[in-house]
Amino acid sequence: MTSGRPPRERVVLAHRRGARIVRTRVEVQEQTEVGDALVRGLVRAQLGLALRLAAVVMCAIVSIPVGGSLFPALAASSMFGIRVNWLLLAVLVYPLLYGVGRLYVRLAEQGERDFIRVVDEEP
Amino acid sequence: MTGSVSAALTAGALIVAAVATVAVGVYGGRRARTTSDFLVASRIVGPRWNAAAISGEYLSAASFLGVAGLVAKYGTDALWYPIGFTAGFLGLLLFVAAPLRRSGAYTVPDFTDFRLGSARLRTVTMLFVVVICVLYLVPQYQGAGLTLNILLGLPVWIGPVAVAAIIIANVVGGGMRSITFVQAFQYWLKLTAIGVPAIALLALFVADRPSLGGPLPPTVGQQTTVAVKTDVVVQVDAPTGVTITGTLDGRSVHDAPIPSAGEHTLGAGTALTLAPGAATPVVAGAPSTGTEWIGSSGGLGGDHPLYQLLAIIVATFLGAMGLPHVQVRFYTNPDGRAARRTALAVIALLSLFYVFPTLMGVFARLYVPQLLITGTADAAVLLMPRAAIAGPAGQLLAALVAVGAIAAFLATSSGLLVSIAGALATDVLRGRVRDFRTAALIGGVLPLPLALAASTLELSRNVGLVFAVAASTLCPLLVLGIWWRGLTAAGAICGLVAGGAVSGTAAALTLAGGIGADLLGGWPAALAGYPAVVSVPLAFVTMIVASRLTRGAIPPGTARIFARMHLPERLGMSVERVPGG
Repeated sequence: MTSGRPPRERVVLAHRRGARIVRTRVEVQEQTEVGDALVRGLVRAQLGLALRLAAVVMCAIVSIPVGGSLFPALAASSMFGIRVNWLLLAVLVYPLLYGVGRLYVRLAEQGERDFIRVVDEEP
Repeated sequence: MTGSVSAALTAGALIVAAVATVAVGVYGGRRARTTSDFLVASRIVGPRWNAAAISGEYLSAASFLGVAGLVAKYGTDALWYPIGFTAGFLGLLLFVAAPLRRSGAYTVPDFTDFRLGSARLRTVTMLFVVVICVLYLVPQYQGAGLTLNILLGLPVWIGPVAVAAIIIANVVGGGMRSITFVQAFQYWLKLTAIGVPAIALLALFVADRPSLGGPLPPTVGQQTTVAVKTDVVVQVDAPTGVTITGTLDGRSVHDAPIPSAGEHTLGAGTALTLAPGAATPVVAGAPSTGTEWIGSSGGLGGDHPLYQLLAIIVATFLGAMGLPHVQVRFYTNPDGRAARRTALAVIALLSLFYVFPTLMGVFARLYVPQLLITGTADAAVLLMPRAAIAGPAGQLLAALVAVGAIAAFLATSSGLLVSIAGALATDVLRGRVRDFRTAALIGGVLPLPLALAASTLELSRNVGLVFAVAASTLCPLLVLGIWWRGLTAAGAICGLVAGGAVSGTAAALTLAGGIGADLLGGWPAALAGYPAVVSVPLAFVTMIVASRLTRGAIPPGTARIFARMHLPERLGMSVERVPGG
């Protein structure tokens, strides 16, 4: 993909202040019915994202003690000279937390960008 | 090589740390003029500085000393505390960070005022902010007392008084503007102070690879004498080489061996001598052999280990959201996007830090097992460098650790004091800079008598109780306030009072000395020591049910408030609130 022509870009010297831009923005800002529905949609999307990721983390974390008590042999085995239960709890949990946090930041910002695009889009 | 040289070195290092803290504070606060400077550093702190400052503030005595102590004592299950302390910020990132910042509030009570417009709710929230911060200051002050007592032999009251004096001076001088710099500096100081000794001990550990998970209790390398200061019940697995002078099982003895394996009571003032190679007795309730220690699900003393784990997870995962001194730092971000990035960076910084207390806890079992006898394992981090590494290197490392410990008390206490002062100054007094200073003085002195009177638990556990109170009060208030339009002021007050009453009573009972472990199969003791499993759902349910019952009182402007909290700043909905405005 490195060779060939670069993708085409549209160059705009100034945003055309179309009537549509003002209208959607104002609808959100003035809390008309349409504007409120848009805000509700954004809030629901962001909450859904947060809840889904929280559920993933809780499942992963709760499975550690539960798995340990169901398969004690697994928890007692060693990897790289460290017991698996220690490896999981003292080391591997932390990258999981950070990774999920990072994913959330990316998706939440994506959601906000999409929202702004909907609000500001031209007809 | 003598004790006095080492004490002088430690004392010098502590004084340098204290002076550096005040100096950095004066530098950072030199331009602090307006109330906005004092409360939210005029909202110009970028994610990197802010994340370091939040971590510096958040890593308290409980993390610096307490985590290692718990790991040394209880092994695998104690690892849930650092996990929870870190995961709390993931919860904060997912549910609170950006909307809270976008609300434009400057304290937690101000947020409730913004969201529900009720003066009564604002006052109730202010009371909870003050109570949580004061409760959290108590273990910080106690930790300072313990540190100075162990390292320099000073009376226990000096540490709390010294820490109170330093933080009051700093907060009165420059408020949030000043402590942002102090706390960012202290994160890196703390990381160095625990990282360098931990890596040195790791090198030592790798060089001779002693066994950790063996079937025996930990053993001492040289003759060791332990003074027992309060009555303690110990589990003795191998009595060989252990002699006792003082009170054993209620009888007065002199240089007597322990007659048999099993549980024995040592009276206050008893001296216990361990011959080289003798197995260390362990305070009753903690795992004694290496096999038990390294395995999972033994709990943290007391019955019902799985319940304890669940309660710790609930309290710490949700508690960070409800800590006023953490939230107040999110108001200093320039916008909601920066607030999210700050929370993410905090997770990274905390993950890096907690590697080291965990390592220190593991090594404590090898190098200072005698601490397990009296149960004062919080001292492990402080005593280990000198015990494990001979000569000046060990003394230098010990001084470094002492500096980190004092930084831990100062950073967390300053943050808590800013929160108390911010809440009192704007909600009780009139919100001027002079009021902020008066409030800081009151807030700093208030916890002193409590710190001197309360019984000492392990520091991490003590802090865990404060997390439970925060998770049962401010956490539901914020989460429902941010995501649920149906919340009403009356519902919020009912939930706060219900969650606060249950978790607060449990915390008070445990701090006052606890409930007998034998009562009703140990459940009352477990519930009082770890109340979050009950009190958090109770607070959420009360808040929701009471709000449904008073649904006529939903404020009319709720839709506009939700738009402000959740829309990106670019849409121009956000408004910064200022005190008195």
